[in-house]
Amino acid sequence: MPQMAGLDEGGSLFAQVAERLAGEIADGGLAEGERVPSSNELAAFYRINPATAAKGIHVLADEGLLEKQRGIGMFVATGARQRLLARRRAEFTERYVQPLLTEAARLGMDTGELIAMIKDASSEREGVPV
Amino acid sequence: MTPAISATGLTRKYYDQVALDDVHLAIGAGTITGLLGRNGAGKTTLLRILGGQEFPSSGSVQVLGAAPAENQDVLRRLVLVREDQTYPDYQGYPNFKVSHALRAASFFYPCWDADLASSLLEDFRLPANKAIKSLSRGQRSSLGITIGLAARAEVTLFDEPYAGLDAVARQIFYDRLLADYADFPRTVLLSTHLIDEAAALFENVVVIDRGRVMLDTAADGLRGMATTVSGPVLAVNSFTGGRPVWERRGLGSQASAVIVGQISPEDRERARSLGLDLTPLSLQQLVVQASGGSAGAGAVTGRASA
Repeated sequence: MPQMAGLDEGGSLFAQVAERLAGEIADGGLAEGERVPSSNELAAFYRINPATAAKGIHVLADEGLLEKQRGIGMFVATGARQRLLARRRAEFTERYVQPLLTEAARLGMDTGELIAMIKDASSEREGVPV
Repeated sequence: MTPAISATGLTRKYYDQVALDDVHLAIGAGTITGLLGRNGAGKTTLLRILGGQEFPSSGSVQVLGAAPAENQDVLRRLVLVREDQTYPDYQGYPNFKVSHALRAASFFYPCWDADLASSLLEDFRLPANKAIKSLSRGQRSSLGITIGLAARAEVTLFDEPYAGLDAVARQIFYDRLLADYADFPRTVLLSTHLIDEAAALFENVVVIDRGRVMLDTAADGLRGMATTVSGPVLAVNSFTGGRPVWERRGLGSQASAVIVGQISPEDRERARSLGLDLTPLSLQQLVVQASGGSAGAGAVTGRASA
């Protein structure tokens, strides 16, 4: 679908905007102290209603990850990246490990096989620039 | 928020046909609202009454604080772009051109932006010197959209404005609408049956069916209101037990069901342990449920008004 630049139609759009911005901050694409795109810029990019984009920004501002500078815009708060990385680590089990275990169980693989598989895949990656 | 548009007990009958049946509406100023529903649901009648082109049989409407019909003060501050719009006098004046239609609009609308109009014509590749009578259906739609946006009217009503427009031209419309709305916020009411395409533009949605308002709610609140659960029959049954279900389908040992209500993290955990997939319903699917006259309609409206 050409609309919405990769957002998922079924989910809540403002939450997805918040998640994308948080992802960019965590990956260092948006550095601390850097200005965050305005709601109108986000609206044009994602092709969504500006009020929806603004709501996404507010989610991060409420969490203290963004700071408002009056008359200029929103900026990435100090310490935002560290906090997001810590949160992602905490969510790692739920987001990645649990689904992995579920699918492995469906295929009848036990934990030992799974660990061996991860080791194999990991050693294949070694030496390959990421 | 102050409503820019409101309707109270609005009813419109054509002989024994009821086009609008006791419609109550309040549309906040400066929002983009989607007006959704099946063909014949009453969308066009509603927009024509809001645009001052038709009278209610009973009840009332207010646009910018007054009844729009025969009210020049209001009419100059609103624009209605109709599906398959015709232009004044174009039958009587065979040389009536695109540029003439724009001139006429520029006299009528106090906030008219001529630069915006010409840049839209360029985007739509519509020559200003082309005669209106020789425009294709899509080109007439492009002209209607151009006038609708360049009028910069406080209340902008679009009634399925894109007959004959291809996907590229429709994307131009959505992009230009968002861009100009961002710079010059106004109240936009857009009726469409291309819901999936336009869904992300809307802050609010109004769904009407058989002349009645089935849903009037924030678009983002609607997303995630219903979810499709799919997987093994027994697991689906166990997961959906005790929840309102709109629709069930089965194929061999697999089943899917649409459940109403938000999904909690515990629900997610449970679905995962049961080997079930959860997929939120899109706005389009929700509207189909809400306007299908099925059990779903009551379920959606019941929740929305709660």
